[in-house]
Amino acid sequence: MSGFLSSSIARKVAMALSALFLIFFLIIHLAVNLTSLFSEEVFNQASHFMGTNPLIQFAMQPILIFGVVFHFVMGFVLELKNKKSRNVKYVKYNGAASASWMSRNMAISGMAILAFIVLHFIDFWFPEMNHKYIEFLPEDPTRYFAELQHKFTNPLRVGAYVIAFILLALHLLHGFQSAFQSIGFNNKYTKCVKNFGTIYSIVIPLGFIIIALCHYFNH
Amino acid sequence: MNLTLKIWRQKGPQDKGQMVEYKVTDISEHMSFLEMMDVLNEQLVAKDEVPIAFDHDCREGICGMCSLHINGEPHGPDRGITTCQLHMRTFKDGDTIYIEPWRAKAFPVIKDLIVDRMAFERIQQAGGYISVNTSGNTQDANAIPISKLNADLSMDAAACIGCGACVASCKNSSAMLFVSAKVSQFALLPQGKIEAADRVRNMVKQMDEEGFGNCTNTGACEVECPKGISLENIARMNREYLKASII
Repeated sequence: MSGFLSSSIARKVAMALSALFLIFFLIIHLAVNLTSLFSEEVFNQASHFMGTNPLIQFAMQPILIFGVVFHFVMGFVLELKNKKSRNVKYVKYNGAASASWMSRNMAISGMAILAFIVLHFIDFWFPEMNHKYIEFLPEDPTRYFAELQHKFTNPLRVGAYVIAFILLALHLLHGFQSAFQSIGFNNKYTKCVKNFGTIYSIVIPLGFIIIALCHYFNH
Repeated sequence: MNLTLKIWRQKGPQDKGQMVEYKVTDISEHMSFLEMMDVLNEQLVAKDEVPIAFDHDCREGICGMCSLHINGEPHGPDRGITTCQLHMRTFKDGDTIYIEPWRAKAFPVIKDLIVDRMAFERIQQAGGYISVNTSGNTQDANAIPISKLNADLSMDAAACIGCGACVASCKNSSAMLFVSAKVSQFALLPQGKIEAADRVRNMVKQMDEEGFGNCTNTGACEVECPKGISLENIARMNREYLKASII
């Protein structure tokens, strides 16, 4: 079993499973955020539920953080290993002739997303943890919408969010179907998976971009 | 046609190596790429210079011996062919052509454009076979029922000639297309099922030990493969490996 876990295939399957988990998480995150466009009250209720439900806070949240960290660490480990596998570079290498930019630059789009997650944690997660578990401030179920709006008043932050989500879209355009290929799913449904993956990769990041822009312009 | 060639020259495995520029003139567009290399070598020999070492054998796209990374792509810019099937009509008069050996840590350069592809042999020896009793009582293969679809898929996988273009094209120098073709051609047939679990485990283990990179599903290997080996084989190998390791 130890040989299995250190094998190249087990590692790519682990990357794929963590990716699929994060892909699923994005839908939930977007669904909650979308409510902010339609109803302040519903957004506050949804955020309050996510922020105080013990199952989400103490079971799902640690699993999610582990999934994010694992995906990034394993991604870097594999990228370094792959770089070492070609110790002498080509003088002329026409990578674009046979593979998409997205597939060849997952590390670049991944690092941009990592930088965004750091910004996102500074914006929302750290203050939230401080509010609830360090300063033990009294819980106000109606505070979330105002906090959200306040963050999207700065055009630089909104710009950073938009760029990050464009890079997320590029990452997903390769990553979605790649995850299925890695777990061995390549059959008559693959065309469907690829088409759905393309729609997902554009619609989900676009949803986040629309939310950021709407709050910026409506504030 | 007149061409400028920038070719990797390396005296031996320990030599640092460098790109050297050559000019060739009056090259016929009907020549194969390797014939153009022959013309250049004849010129070099006539000038008492050391000819350029490059791999070749059948010169009809079957043996998998020829290699060459031409203008940034294995086997050159055309699709579905080996270097020996590449013709000079693909290029234009006055072109500059870069010619390099396969680049991968697992494929060290022996001399000039020749690389050591024994890593593929060792992967094959680790499990790329079926154990058949050849004592004279061997069952007729035609007596074993097999679906037409699986027979075709197995034959498609078996078309791999082991040239190494998949490794050369992959940004990660991954050998998964080659290994998956060799795993698939047996995994799809009844005769190969008995040793399927050991085969995939041992071949993947050997592949990892040789220092090839990890597959990131860019699909470059499939595009550059002269025999059109499909990425479906890699997915099949992943399934076979998971089945053999977990179940």
